[in-house]
Amino acid sequence: MHTVLTVASGVLLTLGSIFLLTGAVGLLRFPDFYTRIHAGGIAETVGAGFILLGLLVRPDDWSPSVAVRLLVILAFLVLTSPTATHVLAQAARRDGVPVWEEGDGPQ
Amino acid sequence: MILAVMVALLVAMGLVLARVYLGPGRYNRILAVNLFGTKTVLFVAVVGYVFGRPEFLDIAILYALVNFVATIAVLRLTHYDELVEQHHEEEV
Amino acid sequence: MSTEFTLVAIALLAMLTLTAMIISRLRGLYGAAMVAALFSLLTASLFVLMDAVDVAFTEAAVGVGVSTVLVLTVLALTHSREAVTPRNRRLPAVAVVVAAGGALVYASQDLPAFGSADSPIQTHPITDVYLVESQEDIGIPNVVTEVLASYRGLDTLGELIVVFTAGLTVLSLLGTLAPPEDCKPPGRFHLTDYRVIRIVSGLLMPFILLFALYVLFHGDYGPGGGFQAGVIFASGFVLYGLVFGLDRAQQVVPPRVLWLLVSLGPLVYAGVGVTTMLLGGTFLDYDMLNQGHPESGQHLGILVVETAIGLTVAAVMMTIFFGFASRGVTRK
Repeated sequence: MHTVLTVASGVLLTLGSIFLLTGAVGLLRFPDFYTRIHAGGIAETVGAGFILLGLLVRPDDWSPSVAVRLLVILAFLVLTSPTATHVLAQAARRDGVPVWEEGDGPQ
Repeated sequence: MILAVMVALLVAMGLVLARVYLGPGRYNRILAVNLFGTKTVLFVAVVGYVFGRPEFLDIAILYALVNFVATIAVLRLTHYDELVEQHHEEEV
Repeated sequence: MSTEFTLVAIALLAMLTLTAMIISRLRGLYGAAMVAALFSLLTASLFVLMDAVDVAFTEAAVGVGVSTVLVLTVLALTHSREAVTPRNRRLPAVAVVVAAGGALVYASQDLPAFGSADSPIQTHPITDVYLVESQEDIGIPNVVTEVLASYRGLDTLGELIVVFTAGLTVLSLLGTLAPPEDCKPPGRFHLTDYRVIRIVSGLLMPFILLFALYVLFHGDYGPGGGFQAGVIFASGFVLYGLVFGLDRAQQVVPPRVLWLLVSLGPLVYAGVGVTTMLLGGTFLDYDMLNQGHPESGQHLGILVVETAIGLTVAAVMMTIFFGFASRGVTRK
């Protein structure tokens, strides 16, 4: 049981790190603001979720209070991170940030 | 394992910092700072595990909250260009 | 000091330096304010790495939450582009910065090595008093709270008076807060047009306030305490005011209630001191609060004092924010 949980935790942590790194690279490489929101917002929230779940499942130093706190952080991030990016996108659209068309350079 | 996660986090933070510098215009920078804040939350949680201190997770909750409030504040307070009519420049 | 610690610290410090360079390069001040918030986040992470959790808490809450909002509010009222420094002033400025930085680096050579066993903090007997005897005298795990509220209680009363004075200064300089009718935001765009942000903020508000209370009362056992709780409480109301408008925020917390709360904190704190004097001890000697059980007297004293600090800090931060923000409204 102990090894199963450790392996599961390791897998979740690795997945989370991959998503996080991918999101960060996407943030740099994508050509326009709205596509960067996709890269950063979605990939990073998923990566954060996986990392927090991976920390939750670790059997070594588990205790109920720590688990509750991790779940609170997870709920908070899942609730606020997409909201912030949604409001950002709407505000940018109203402010007239240009949308990238095929053939433009990176903005 | 945890150290690998920490290294990945630091590398990701560095990449986001590059976007903070490059991002042409205000909105790219606001997005990058918001994402950096989320990564700091994860960093604090992981550091707590490296040191074996569960109290650090309270700090992570606070960072998540404060990050959100700062993003909403900057959106609300920069979008209100009508608040002061004459002087406002449009670009950061 | 293990190698992982060193590597992570070096990485964080490198990012801190890069952030400082980015701030100095940005001409537009909105961006600079946001990157300054990032700087505060990085500094707070460094404090967490060095195990100074109370400091990290306060740095994040104040540096990112309140300070950024206030700077942005001020920028909304004034110019938001930095003027370019003329060329003939750049060289003296560089010389001053290099001289000051060089002096600091030179002075830091005299500090004992990080974590060495013969530094004054390890060998001086007062460490024993604060770490060991405090557990016998008072018995709460968070030594920082014990030192702040009990051993150095008079100093903390002074800090509370400083916060109180800041609130008074803002009130006297900016005048009374605008009445709620004038605070309706102008015309076209309103953040509450976005239903998503309105619902999420409404959902989050009770949890933010609850978290502030948790930080206040859990400050005996984990990082936290009065100052941090007050700032978090104020951040909750700042969020409410930003999303729903100042008029509704001022209906929830009317200015007169705020002013009452601002003055209530130092009153309660000094009142505890006077009470202990009347009960036969010296000023702020919490042992007197429960005759015969000095430990529970200390617990009670620390609780009351931290609540007073939280009250005043929250009220002052809210007053400052409402004062700055309604200034922009009344300038039309």
